[in-house]
Formats: sequence, structure tokens, C-alpha cells
Amino acid sequence: MNASDPATHPALEISGLWKSFGDLQVLRGIDLAVAEHEVICLIGSSGSGKSTLLRCVNLLEPIDAGRIAVEGEEITGRGVDVNRIRRRIGIVFQAFNLFPHMSVLCNVTLAPQKAAGKSKEQAEAEATELLDRFGLADKRDEYPDRLSGGQQQRVAIVRALAMQPDLLLLDEITSALDPELVAEVLNVIRELARGGMTMIVATHEMGFARDIASRVCFLDGGVILEQGKPSEIFSRPREARTQQFLERIIEAGRL
Amino acid sequence: MSVLGGGPLDRGASIGSRAGGPPAARSRFEPAAVKSTSIALVSSVVFFGLLAIVVANAPGWAEVRSQFFDAHWFDYSLPKIVNAFGVNVQLFCLAEVLILALALLLAVLRSLPGPVFFPLRLIATLYADTFRAIPGLLIVTLLGFGVPGLGIAGVPTDPFIYAVVALTLVYSAYVSEVYRAGIESIHPSQEAAARSLGLTRVQTLRYVILPQAVRRVMPPLLNDFIGLQKDTILVSYIGVVEAFRESSIIQAAKFNSTPFVALALVFLVITIPLARFTDWLVAHDRRRFLAGAR
Repeated sequence: MNASDPATHPALEISGLWKSFGDLQVLRGIDLAVAEHEVICLIGSSGSGKSTLLRCVNLLEPIDAGRIAVEGEEITGRGVDVNRIRRRIGIVFQAFNLFPHMSVLCNVTLAPQKAAGKSKEQAEAEATELLDRFGLADKRDEYPDRLSGGQQQRVAIVRALAMQPDLLLLDEITSALDPELVAEVLNVIRELARGGMTMIVATHEMGFARDIASRVCFLDGGVILEQGKPSEIFSRPREARTQQFLERIIEAGRL
Repeated sequence: MSVLGGGPLDRGASIGSRAGGPPAARSRFEPAAVKSTSIALVSSVVFFGLLAIVVANAPGWAEVRSQFFDAHWFDYSLPKIVNAFGVNVQLFCLAEVLILALALLLAVLRSLPGPVFFPLRLIATLYADTFRAIPGLLIVTLLGFGVPGLGIAGVPTDPFIYAVVALTLVYSAYVSEVYRAGIESIHPSQEAAARSLGLTRVQTLRYVILPQAVRRVMPPLLNDFIGLQKDTILVSYIGVVEAFRESSIIQAAKFNSTPFVALALVFLVITIPLARFTDWLVAHDRRRFLAGAR
């Protein structure tokens, strides 16, 4: 009954989530529960609602119906402090969205200082440690436009991690990268998964999803049409739409 | 070289030289650059030479020369005008500070989202519309003669104050539009990134949106600053003794218009460096953009 006890509640619980943009129904009743330390991979064609789902969980998009709860606390109700919720949920975007007018260090330390109220010294010490851990120590004082796409995306991941989120949302984070830069970013995510980070990952990298996911969800037409262990989804998909999707992916050489 | 040119030929040459290798050393000896520079030089000499001949042979030239280009009256009026120009400098420096602050406030008010802030958006919009619609000279006149005319106790009578207020009202309307364009040019993904980290709307504006927006609109801001400098002469109308007023006084006393030419030169000396700086800034920004800044 204790709403704040994480043991009795899933890390994230989405039920009956609907979302439309004008006449376009993007999400049509999403139900999803994510346990702590679970890595959920969202797959599905472009426009199936993967990104919208992640943006709804981060409260970047207001939802039309349904409810989202983080560790038992409803975050979609009235009067919820969205800034407090967002501090617990990190998101990394396809296009990195680094702040171009700030150095790497400032990108990473801005939110810990301004949103989490840490001192400059503490924020910088933690940021330096994180940058070091992800091989970016020497990029600390560079500006984003001097970095490769892979480095930028790793900085974006570090920026999200610096807020010490309970849940990390990754929105097709390798889609804007040159193929040879994909691996360095995916390795970061692998490491996070090994460390027990709870993550929801929207991705087109099926090999990666098979590797890393505790559960794969296939989104189609705004609903989770099929979900299961990667071995089940990728080897024996039940739904015809899932089979079609995977066949197209195989044809494109992405699996 | 670039001062002489400015025609399409010269521009082609300087772009070419910038693209290839160390700029100054190479372009000076490149045959194409030498050729286009000589063409620009010859055509300038011919053009301005013809212009000079036409003017010098005009029937009224002797009259105009003694009326506007008299060396004696120039020497006489220049120190007085430069002295009075100090008032213009005070005017535009003080007004510019107020303008930059007020305009930023207006622009931020106008970009507040949601129905709650409608009244604030409305006020900011009406303000910008009103003060861009009414000619500056009218605002100066109405304020400078109207408000002290009310005779309310404690209301200042110094026209300098009304001059600063009038210029601030007019220019903050323009400058707020410049700021707003800058704010709107920042991609929404920047706001999404900042908000997703838990920053508040105000923090997002303060640390993420505005620093980028202001940087982006530096050239138009400087442009408006140049406009403001020139428009300081409007306030001579309500009795502020600044450089234009000083020139008029001399002209009226000595029946010679050379002081106006002297004042024009003062403005040239003041504004041209700023204009070149603006150009440099634009070019600098473009280079940064071409270098792959996102």
C-alpha cells in the first residue's frame, strides 16, 4: 500500500495510454509495466509511436487518456511537479540535442547544478568521473561542434546520467550516426544494462535489441501488438504484422 | 582591396581566394584577383571622375560649394559640433542599455506559452505594434511637449529625460521583435532537452534559449543600434541641445550650411566602424556555421 516503496511497484507502469496529434491517433491504448533493472526494447516501423511513447513517459507530451506511474507514483495526474519527475527520468534523443553554446562539462553539469541544486564543485567532480568512465575525459572542455556524432551522443548519455535517473529512455539514439560510430554508442548502453540501469530503448538496431533486451515490444498502429523475450520475438513471432516487419528488416540487412 | 571593390567581380575573387589556402599571401598574386582588382579600380576612377565632372559643371555648383563646403565655417563649427555630439553619445548609450533590457522583457513576455499568459502577450504585442507604427519624431514631440505640459508636480521638465524615454519606447519595440525572432529560431529540441533534465521553464530560457538566441541576433541588434545613434538628432526638436541642434544654431547665425556637412562626417566616423564590425560578425557566424556547427 505504501506508494513510495519501490519493492511493491514496477519501476514504470503505463496503462491505457492514448495520445493523438490533431486527427492522427499515435498511441491507442498502451499497457506496459517495466520492472527495475529491466531493459525494454521498442521496435516497429517509423510512425508506430515509439518516440511518442517515450516523450509521453518523460512528460514532454501531454497525454489524452490513461495513466503513467513511476515506482507507484502517478506522474500524469493534476498538480504533479513535472520538473521533479523529469529529474528521475532521463531521455537521450536521436539528434543528441546538446547545448551548442556550452562546453561538454557545462552541458553535463548544468542540470545537476540548476535542477538538482548541487554545488559547482560536486557537479563537476561527478561529471568528470562519468566522462572518464565513458572515454570522454579529454573532451571535457570541447564544444559539441568539435566532436564526432558518436562522441556527441555519448556526451548526451552522460548528461542524462548526471541526474542519476531511476529510468533512462533512449529514443533511436544511433539513427543519426554514421554506421562506423554506432558501436561506440551501443557499447555504452550495454555497459549501462550490465550495471542494472532500467531502460526503455526505441531502436532500429535489431541485433542490438536481441543482445541487450530483457523484453522486446513490437509497436504497430499505436498498440503493443506483441511482446516477449528477444529469442521469442525474433525467432518465432506470432503476429503476421511482426513477421512482415522482421522480414523487411532482414531484407534491409539490419538483422 | 575589398574597400575598392564591392562589385560582383571583386566578390567572386575574394571568395575564391578565401576558399583556397592561406588567404592574404596567395590572393595578392593570383592572376584572376589582380585582374578583377584592376578592373574595379579603373571602373571606379571612371565612374567617380565622371560624377565629379558633372557636379563641378552644374550651374549652381559654385553656390552650393560656398554654402555647404566652406573650409572656414567647417573649421569654425567642427569643434562645437563634436562637443555637442557628446550629448548624442550620452543619449544613445543610456537609451541602448534601457532598450536592450526592456526589449528582452517584451520578447520574453511574447513567447510565454499557454492561455494564462494571454494578457501579457497581448500587452507586449500591442506595445510593439503601437511604437513601430507611430513615427519616432511624433513620439518625441508628443512626449517632450505633452507630458511636461500637464504641469503635474514632480514630473521632470528636462527634455533630455523625455528624449531618452522616447527613443527607448520606439527602439525597444523594434529590438523586441529582433529578440523574438532569435528566440523562435532556436529549435524546440533544445527546449525539450533542457526540460527533460528537470530544468524549469525560466531556467531553460535563461541558460539554454536566450544565450543562443542573443548570439544569433547580434548583427541585427547592432544594426538597430546604428539606427538609434542617427535618430538621436530627432530629439533636437524638443529642445535638447545636441549636435544637430548645435549645427542648426550655427547655420542660422552664420547663414552657412557647412556645419551640417561637418555633422554628417561625425556620424560617418562613429557609425562606419560599427557597421564594419557588424559585417565581420556576420561573416564570423557564417564561417562557424559552415564549419559544421549544429
